[in-house]
Amino acid sequence: MIKTLRNLAALALLLAQSVMAAELNIEITQGVDNPIPIAVVPFSWEGANALSEDVAAIVAADLQQVGEFRALPRGNMLSMPDEAAEVFFRDWRILAQDYVLVGKISHSPGSQLVQVQYEFFDVAREQKLVGEVLTGSMSQLRDIGHEISNVVYEQVTGIRGAFSTEILYVSAEFMSPELTYYRIEKSDYDGRRSQVLVESQEPLMSPTWSPDGSQVAYLSFETNLPRIYIQEIATGQRRQITDFPGINSSPVWSPDGTKLAMVLSKDGSPDVYVMDLMTNQLTRLTDHPRAETEPSWSADSRSVVFTSDRTGQPQIYQVGINGGFPERLTFDCFYCAKGRFLPDGKNLVHVRRDTREDNSYSIAIFNIETQRLITLTDTSLDESPSVAPNGSMIMFATKVNGKGVLDAVSIDGRVKFRLPSAQGDVREPSWSPFLN
Amino acid sequence: MEAAALATTVFYFDFDVSEFMASDRDVLAIHGRNLAANSSRRIRLEGHADERGTREYNLALGERRANSIRDYLVVNGASLSQIETVSYGEERPADTGQTEASYRLNRRVEIK
Repeated sequence: MIKTLRNLAALALLLAQSVMAAELNIEITQGVDNPIPIAVVPFSWEGANALSEDVAAIVAADLQQVGEFRALPRGNMLSMPDEAAEVFFRDWRILAQDYVLVGKISHSPGSQLVQVQYEFFDVAREQKLVGEVLTGSMSQLRDIGHEISNVVYEQVTGIRGAFSTEILYVSAEFMSPELTYYRIEKSDYDGRRSQVLVESQEPLMSPTWSPDGSQVAYLSFETNLPRIYIQEIATGQRRQITDFPGINSSPVWSPDGTKLAMVLSKDGSPDVYVMDLMTNQLTRLTDHPRAETEPSWSADSRSVVFTSDRTGQPQIYQVGINGGFPERLTFDCFYCAKGRFLPDGKNLVHVRRDTREDNSYSIAIFNIETQRLITLTDTSLDESPSVAPNGSMIMFATKVNGKGVLDAVSIDGRVKFRLPSAQGDVREPSWSPFLN
Repeated sequence: MEAAALATTVFYFDFDVSEFMASDRDVLAIHGRNLAANSSRRIRLEGHADERGTREYNLALGERRANSIRDYLVVNGASLSQIETVSYGEERPADTGQTEASYRLNRRVEIK
């Protein structure tokens, strides 16, 4: 089976822009107690010159980042097979490995492309689980590595891998009291290959993906007022879509891509509205003199979760898209905000401060059916949670030693990794939908 | 007295409070009367929050603070058409520290 990776032209364009972006370097801060042992054998390469990417190392890093796997150090391997005929299960059983991945990279006949053949084995059952050949350009070896990680992860866990996904985030580089560079950047999920989508000396906020991954909506103060813009990622083409008096903020696409929820204070105080992107028609979802903000859609596009401080402190509510009386979802907290449902529609991810006294903002999950609450983080200025499209992890922003960093935590709280920025602060991560 | 009052252009707020401090009332009244006497004068009120809590909710908080001052200027004779308000939420801190003293400097409305 041969698959050719798409987006060749788009990738080249993006790589050309990658110079100014804030470099993010992943650190695994917490893994599970008993990770699954897996041997990712270095892939052989028939060419004379070394490849720019170590595909097996990319796969091993992917699997370790999500915490459920432990990759066997290469120095401990007794053999380095690159295809099924050379795999002796005895070698891997001695090393207590559950799985083995092998592969070989070769020139694709008659083209500039390379082909990566990989095979994945279950050691206990002495069985090949999957194998295929992926074809792409030299510059796509990293994408090919992530694709192999997706297959391996799904084979073992039954859950679709999210290693080919990307993130949007805001970076702020303080130059002087008068000058800060604000940027909206995009990178791989692991912080690699970051590139700047837009830069401004006025604040940028709230980057969010269109459901097909082709566009980003965000808030820019470039006119000295907060206004919402939509930008085509591949071309950089952008348009301002709101110019209402007061706050225009919090854009979020409906899952079907036809509407944009947003917050406008044009009628006196912030309320949640929905704009039909075909007709530009606005529908008002909330009507209250206090602040209603931070909308997020339910998976079926039929309701919106939002934050309101109508009782004094921020709490999370839900309202149908035809309006009506909102239902309050959170009660037992001093400050509960920025709610968004996991794909199951029952577990509500949110930012939580339990009491006025504790003065700490954490990422938590509240099950609205069972009322079970899990607090996932132990840093104190956590905000902007964004859920991976496979529902396995949540990325969020926090501060470490006064610096803005992006952290990720598994939805059971067992696994954590961090994407600190080499320069400036990073914040407001937005995890892409599946892009492949 | 009036010159000193008009030179005061930054007003601070308590945590989670969107009403300006009672001690700023006299100074703000002078700003309001000055606007009333100079009908061509235009000002911009920029509202800010400290970094705690969520960014989008903090936009709302900054706007509410700016509006609280706007409303008091209007009560003192300024016209709504002279005043533009904008909230920067927590995006433009005056001080980037994580102490209570820094946060106090960031919860503010600036007259520009």
